[in-house]
Amino acid sequence: MTLTVREALLAFRRAPLLSALSVTTIAFSLFVLGLFGLVAVNLRQALRGVAERVEIVAYLLPGTPIETVLLGEQDIEAFPEVASAAHISEDSALARARRELVEFRDLLRELERNPLPASIEVKLKPGYQDATNVNAVAERLRGFGFVDDVRFGRDWVEKLDKLRRLAAAVGVVVGAAFATVAVIIIGTTIRMAVLQRSREIAIMRLVGATDGFIRRPFLLQGALKGLLGGLVAIGLSYAAYALINRFLIESSFFTVTQALGIVVFGTVIGLMGSLLSVGRHLRRV
Amino acid sequence: MIKFTNVFKTYAKGGLALKDVSFHIAKGEFAFLTGHSGAGKSTVLKLVYADERPTSGAVRVSGFTVADLPPRDVPHLRRRLGIVFQDFRLLEDRTAEENVAFALEVTGARRSAIPARVMRVLTQVGLAAKAGAYPRELSGGEQQRVAIARALVNEPQVLLADEPTGNLDERATRGVFQLLRDINASGTAVVMATHDLEMVRSAPYRVIELQEGAVVYDSAVDEPTAGDAQA
Repeated sequence: MTLTVREALLAFRRAPLLSALSVTTIAFSLFVLGLFGLVAVNLRQALRGVAERVEIVAYLLPGTPIETVLLGEQDIEAFPEVASAAHISEDSALARARRELVEFRDLLRELERNPLPASIEVKLKPGYQDATNVNAVAERLRGFGFVDDVRFGRDWVEKLDKLRRLAAAVGVVVGAAFATVAVIIIGTTIRMAVLQRSREIAIMRLVGATDGFIRRPFLLQGALKGLLGGLVAIGLSYAAYALINRFLIESSFFTVTQALGIVVFGTVIGLMGSLLSVGRHLRRV
Repeated sequence: MIKFTNVFKTYAKGGLALKDVSFHIAKGEFAFLTGHSGAGKSTVLKLVYADERPTSGAVRVSGFTVADLPPRDVPHLRRRLGIVFQDFRLLEDRTAEENVAFALEVTGARRSAIPARVMRVLTQVGLAAKAGAYPRELSGGEQQRVAIARALVNEPQVLLADEPTGNLDERATRGVFQLLRDINASGTAVVMATHDLEMVRSAPYRVIELQEGAVVYDSAVDEPTAGDAQA
């Protein structure tokens, strides 16, 4: 074991340029993947923000007794899809209109009778904010006797749905493509390191080294390169994030788990890349 | 020790390399393998260290049967052999001492024992003073001595030498040959492939001559009284 560690570290010292080059290559291919990840994370967050505004409004028949409304509100809140249901009385609807619709303030002040109906505003839980669930909830709301009309931005919800599906598909395809490119580049880099030492491998075999003995330092070295590359990639991504945040738009960075995921991904690819190229090399010679 | 019985070897693209080769080299023997380039000397040695497998026939090397030796046992066969090449095959980025120690390390030798064993073989080949030198700082003869030290450090039963003096000047050649004789005198069998007939004639050792892959002369068989006494 100590010999494995020593040989792996010696390889860094004996070929510092090639080692630095591999780490840099790995770092940049993971950085590209990381940048894409940042875009994906922020896009998802933005979409979630939009989805949170999905709201169904059930307008109530005038003169519905408040007890009925409150009972209905409780029923609605018990729906599995529903996050919250809030009763807005005629008066508070008018107050809100006065507050929010400044342009019509004079008009609203001169009203003799409040034209606005009472309503129940329903918000859905995350994961239920899509067209199917919105329609289902709206349909059930219509079933209440005291509900006059149910409104929600049908087109808008459907567009949001489409956008979300598109984002998910693009995320998977482009993410997979970037990940594949990273895997190929890292694999090639590791392969170069193996080929550079093919003479050494041949000599090791002549003096009676087992394949396992030959393989171990390469595996450790590959994993180390992947780990270092991953850490550098996270550093680069953070720098990019800081710059974007400062000069372009406010955005968010990876969670610790996501960042760790990238580092682990790099380490695993480094390890697997070494396993494959050394294995292939050993079988061939 | 090394026993070839009716060995044929065909390379995928190179045609027939060995034709019906049979010989037996005993413990402690010194045997020259001679013949022109391409006669099959290197193929014989490769079969001995299981770098190639016989197409038919049997190759037995210190208890191992090369034809059906599982790949995982090849290293164990090689640890019983010392191998020396014309081009030395030293690791350029390690000192003489590290090159020799490397051969011990790969076999999982006890670490505390390594430096003493390395110095002992380097002393044996006359290079103790240059233990810290890198291959590029050594002459051809000295590099070959390092290679021989590396081959010896695992205390092999047989030393295989493929044209070990092919790249050396006359003086270095004599030195390396004398070293191989000394090694043989201390009990290690030596099989040396060479086309240096002058060297072959200068010593009373067994000679196996190959021509186009076949044994055309074996002093132990053809002239059992001449020269070789140990066969």
